[in-house]
Amino acid sequence: MSEPRHTLHIVSGKGGTGKTTVAGALAMALATGGRRVLLCEVEGRGGLAELFATTPLQGDEERRLLRTPAGGEVFGLSVDARDALTEYLASFYRLGLAGRALDRFGVYDFATSIAPGLRDVLLTGKVYEAVRRRTKGRPSSYDAVVLDAPPTGRIATFLNVHEAVSGLARVGPIHSQADSIMSVLRSSRTVVHLVTLLQDMPVTETLEALEELRPTGIAVGTIICNMVTPTPLTTETLAALEARPELHVPGLPPEQNEALAREFADELSALRDEQGCYERLRPAGLPLVELAHDPAGVDRAALHTLAGSLAEQLPEEVG
Amino acid sequence: MTTRTAASSEHLAWGRPAGSPFLDVDALLADRGKNIVICCGSGGVGKTSVSASVALRAAEQGRRVVVLTIDPARRLAQSLGVAELDNTPRPVRAVDTSAGGSLEAMMLDMKRTFDDVVTAHASPEKARQILSNPFYQALSTSFSGTQEYMAMEKLGQLSADLGLGRGGAERARWDLIVVDTPPSRSALDFLDAPEHLSSLLDGRLLRLLLNPGRGPVRMMSVGLSLVTSAMSKVLGGQVLSDVQTFVAAFETLFGGFRQRAEATLANLASPHTTFLVVATPEPEALREASFFVERLGDEGLPLAGVVVNRMSGSAVPLSPERAWAMAEDLPPETLEAVALRTHATRMHQVLRQRAAVRRFCTANTGMPLTTVPALPGDVTDLTDLRQVGDLLAARDE
Repeated sequence: MSEPRHTLHIVSGKGGTGKTTVAGALAMALATGGRRVLLCEVEGRGGLAELFATTPLQGDEERRLLRTPAGGEVFGLSVDARDALTEYLASFYRLGLAGRALDRFGVYDFATSIAPGLRDVLLTGKVYEAVRRRTKGRPSSYDAVVLDAPPTGRIATFLNVHEAVSGLARVGPIHSQADSIMSVLRSSRTVVHLVTLLQDMPVTETLEALEELRPTGIAVGTIICNMVTPTPLTTETLAALEARPELHVPGLPPEQNEALAREFADELSALRDEQGCYERLRPAGLPLVELAHDPAGVDRAALHTLAGSLAEQLPEEVG
Repeated sequence: MTTRTAASSEHLAWGRPAGSPFLDVDALLADRGKNIVICCGSGGVGKTSVSASVALRAAEQGRRVVVLTIDPARRLAQSLGVAELDNTPRPVRAVDTSAGGSLEAMMLDMKRTFDDVVTAHASPEKARQILSNPFYQALSTSFSGTQEYMAMEKLGQLSADLGLGRGGAERARWDLIVVDTPPSRSALDFLDAPEHLSSLLDGRLLRLLLNPGRGPVRMMSVGLSLVTSAMSKVLGGQVLSDVQTFVAAFETLFGGFRQRAEATLANLASPHTTFLVVATPEPEALREASFFVERLGDEGLPLAGVVVNRMSGSAVPLSPERAWAMAEDLPPETLEAVALRTHATRMHQVLRQRAAVRRFCTANTGMPLTTVPALPGDVTDLTDLRQVGDLLAARDE
């Protein structure tokens, strides 16, 4: 097992594209060869626990979600802004009584909900801490951290912690914390993966997110097309087919044959739409990964299939 | 949208499970006593297209309708004429007004709605202070409950124009408001967020910063000085004074916030309002719909029924097993074999979805339901919306 190419994988995507599933599959793929991987969520939705069919991740627990035959492990962490603030204050300032007073007067709630950008700094700060832990060689260190990040509409703001706290603190501890986080996010060890469906809106949002991320200096590594309709038809075959090909299934009554041809024409047009969306993503010049739609829904077995598919298509990333 | 074949309407053969009551959307829209329809559901179920379809159908059946959309797909927004986010209802062109109805559409601009509330309730001087304060800017753009809150606020404003209880409905600009709720993971967020925001704004910290002398004075001032010194230590003095300015300027609005939220909620419980829960025939979306149905019951809010959107169907009466068997008898690369295998996959999906909806109906006995077949392609123009409306209202036994 080699050192992974990136130690921090940030997975974003439009809501409904399955970014949590892809983040889970990516963590699994990274762990397959025997690595220790931390999978973080930051939106308090309990999506990871749901994905791995386990009880909700609470507080600052980093619980093992999965162990691979080669000894690799995936741990789950649900980062909560309030806990992160408590931890941050406890480790940097010995506030003692004042800390409790802050809590009692609702300062924590206020700070983590409406202080501009503070919430995002706290959340990314906790992830940053987990990433850096390995360099200190502590026993709970990880080989890689996968972040199930906020959706594409918010990703640039979320990661651009510098910008976020500029209205809040120009100097001081929060500012230098933001500096350190930013330098890790911009380093060659960090990569963003954007998850999309091959549909109009998600593709548009993906392209917009690419534009918005560009000035932040944070690298986007791949675009992951999720729930792609599996088909034995190649692009060329599809292009050569007429819109509504005639079918002659032996033994099928004419009206059923006709209905099947109509249904197939709908399927073909859906495939062509997907193809069109794929073509819109090409000029971005990034590796495009395709994950097949699993009509049976997402469970552990499906996650393994997706992880295998990622490993196959991104050998230098997760191999 | 891509060219659609006539197959869509034949999908009706795969509609509602036997025994569950039909959600009669046309009867609902014909009821002049219903003035507000709220479409709820978890993210990605097609709330926006369902609410736009309901609004268009009502308008073409003679209601004077305004639809409040939250985050429509660009092309749909363009065809509704609300591509410009300007927070004002605009007439939708190309609506058939022969039945005497009309349709206006607007897209919610959360920040602007919030700004308007501030401008309307604070003196010009205070309003300026609030609008330029960094805490206010964060609150009005990125706080997680603000969108839901502002949707409620806008609904409150729109419904004031209905003239309910003043006998004004006859002359009012609208007699029906259709609301699309903000995109969120959970359908419950719409009901929870306003409470979350108002409890934050009514919180102890804010009251303390406003009136440090009130209450058991000594305890509070000891607490206060601890709080303020800790805050300036961590954040710096500038931040603290920003918070205090924000809070002081916002003072006049606090009481108003809770009152407005309560008034809007009370309005929602009135017989003029009805909720539609939108779901897709997937286990997660239906589970979310069940939570929401239960919650509406707890809150005493009127629920008309559930719309199961994007039901897969097929007009080809071939079971997946037969389709597979027939495909096996053909050379695998022929188009016929590919079509049969594709049909088999589709049928598996159809059967799985039907089972999920049946389970939902068993768990929610007596819940009125209507299904909308999945259409190939996105819903992007008025023709598509009309078709969704037809399918929504069709008796899908």
